[in-house]
Amino acid sequence: MIEVQNVTKRYGDHTAIERVTFSVDKGEVLAFLGPNGAGKTTTMRILTCFMPANEGVARVAGYDCFEQPLEVKRRIGYLPETPPLYHELTVQEYLTFVGRLKGLSAENFRSGLDRVVERLSLGEVRHRLIGNLSRGYQQRVGLAQALLHNPPVLILDEPTAGLDPKQIIEMRELIKSLAGSHTVILSTHILPEATAVCQRVVIINAGRIVAVDRPDRLSARLRRSEKISVTVKAPPAGLAERFRALPGVQSVFEPTDTGAFLLECELGRDLRDEIARFVVENGWGLLELKTISMTLEDVFLRLTQHEEGMVGEGAEVSTPSKEQTRR
Amino acid sequence: MTPVYAIIAKELRSYFVSPIFYAVGAVFLLIFGILSYVFVVNAGNQAIRLMQIQGAAAQLNLNDLVLRPTFSFTAVFLMLLLPILTMRTFAEERKLRTFELLMTSPVGINEIVVAKFLSVYLTFLGLLALTGIVPLILSLFSSFDWNPVFTGYLGLALLGALFIATGVLASALTENQIVAAFLSFGLLILVWLLGGLGNVLGDTPIGNTIGYLSFIEHFDRLTRGLVDTKDLVYYLSSMVLMLFLAHRVVESQRWK
Repeated sequence: MIEVQNVTKRYGDHTAIERVTFSVDKGEVLAFLGPNGAGKTTTMRILTCFMPANEGVARVAGYDCFEQPLEVKRRIGYLPETPPLYHELTVQEYLTFVGRLKGLSAENFRSGLDRVVERLSLGEVRHRLIGNLSRGYQQRVGLAQALLHNPPVLILDEPTAGLDPKQIIEMRELIKSLAGSHTVILSTHILPEATAVCQRVVIINAGRIVAVDRPDRLSARLRRSEKISVTVKAPPAGLAERFRALPGVQSVFEPTDTGAFLLECELGRDLRDEIARFVVENGWGLLELKTISMTLEDVFLRLTQHEEGMVGEGAEVSTPSKEQTRR
Repeated sequence: MTPVYAIIAKELRSYFVSPIFYAVGAVFLLIFGILSYVFVVNAGNQAIRLMQIQGAAAQLNLNDLVLRPTFSFTAVFLMLLLPILTMRTFAEERKLRTFELLMTSPVGINEIVVAKFLSVYLTFLGLLALTGIVPLILSLFSSFDWNPVFTGYLGLALLGALFIATGVLASALTENQIVAAFLSFGLLILVWLLGGLGNVLGDTPIGNTIGYLSFIEHFDRLTRGLVDTKDLVYYLSSMVLMLFLAHRVVESQRWK
């Protein structure tokens, strides 16, 4: 549905994004993850034909963003970082304007308006001035604008920025409900958001893509050792030493003396079974046993901050073309 | 329901809730009224003096004494007033980030520029129509030739079109409304002064060319009741040039 190949955008001497390549399938929700200034907005602006790229090709629904911008624009709903609202208009007037701007026919507009008003619960504020609405409502009106013409592709630039926790959850639910029927790209610098709503994550840093994968696989791939947390009811003295003696265990960390241990094991070996048997057979009482997977936070920080330490795995990760052929 | 119409409708809606529109409208009508009042009183004084000399009711040409000078002064005044109406057209959209909505909707840049121009122009024509009350009232108490009045209004309408197109160009150049207003003041006054420069250079090819570039000479002929294709071509072509430049500016900013 969306294809981006080797896209580069420069502002004067500053390179905003460099050779960015990724693609999004129909009905997929993809998160663009990166620190502020990484090039997320620039990529989105190129996809929405707001600005052309210096190099590379961006295609939406088979139409080239540079050659056929009108066709692309008809198929895209875009919510910029700052919702594009006219504060002197009422919600109804604003959406009417947007409907005409998108060239909707009268019937399509009416059904579209009813749909977004219902879906985003804008009923009560329909006749109020946008300037008087709260930030949460303004964001929803902005999203209503993007959804009004029922576009197959949605591009949302930080859709949850500035919302309160309840509104953030509502917004995520909404985006999840759009998956399947719509292809969605959203950008965020909040990691749990990407894990919560997206099937795939693109991590971008300083204008380059550093990783593209499913959130769970990303953390699995970047893990250097398997971490297992064990809690024992009645640990005998020197249990840490005895754990270390087990085959495959590299190091043992005992944070407190409450019987909780953190075991680092060899990569690719699941020792849970052995450890469980070991504890139970000795009759110490097994209270808890779980693997600790790396959170997306860890992955993100590792990819965007410690790139020099990433050479081993990073070499594979930072070539998105390989990523695509594998898929 | 074309996008051009949608933008015009939205712009007009925004004008009618904007204090700028009411301030500009009130000042424009007030000044037009005061100008014509001053010229009518002057004409009255002249009539009394003539009566004292000749001892009989004098025939005064109201076209020359009242309407023409009112039009000429209004023309100068429009140079200061219309940039205030046009300054927000693009600058405000940029500042409020609503420009992204326009540029990512299936609308061409030419349509956006034309819609912005037309919305200010319609507002201006509305204000101009309201000033029609002055000649109407005048016609109740005296008689004058209506034709130069019509061509005078045609002149103001054409002049306004050029000024507004210039203002739209200035607004496209910057994100700051004040800068946009000053840019269009500057541009308009510069072109106005070209008329004087042309006069200084006299009847030489350069002098004539420079004189032709100024809008005042073309406007004077229209207030005298003379409709010359040359003047119409001047106004329409320069207006189209300004709108074309505005289009190029908006387009080029996408690349930066």
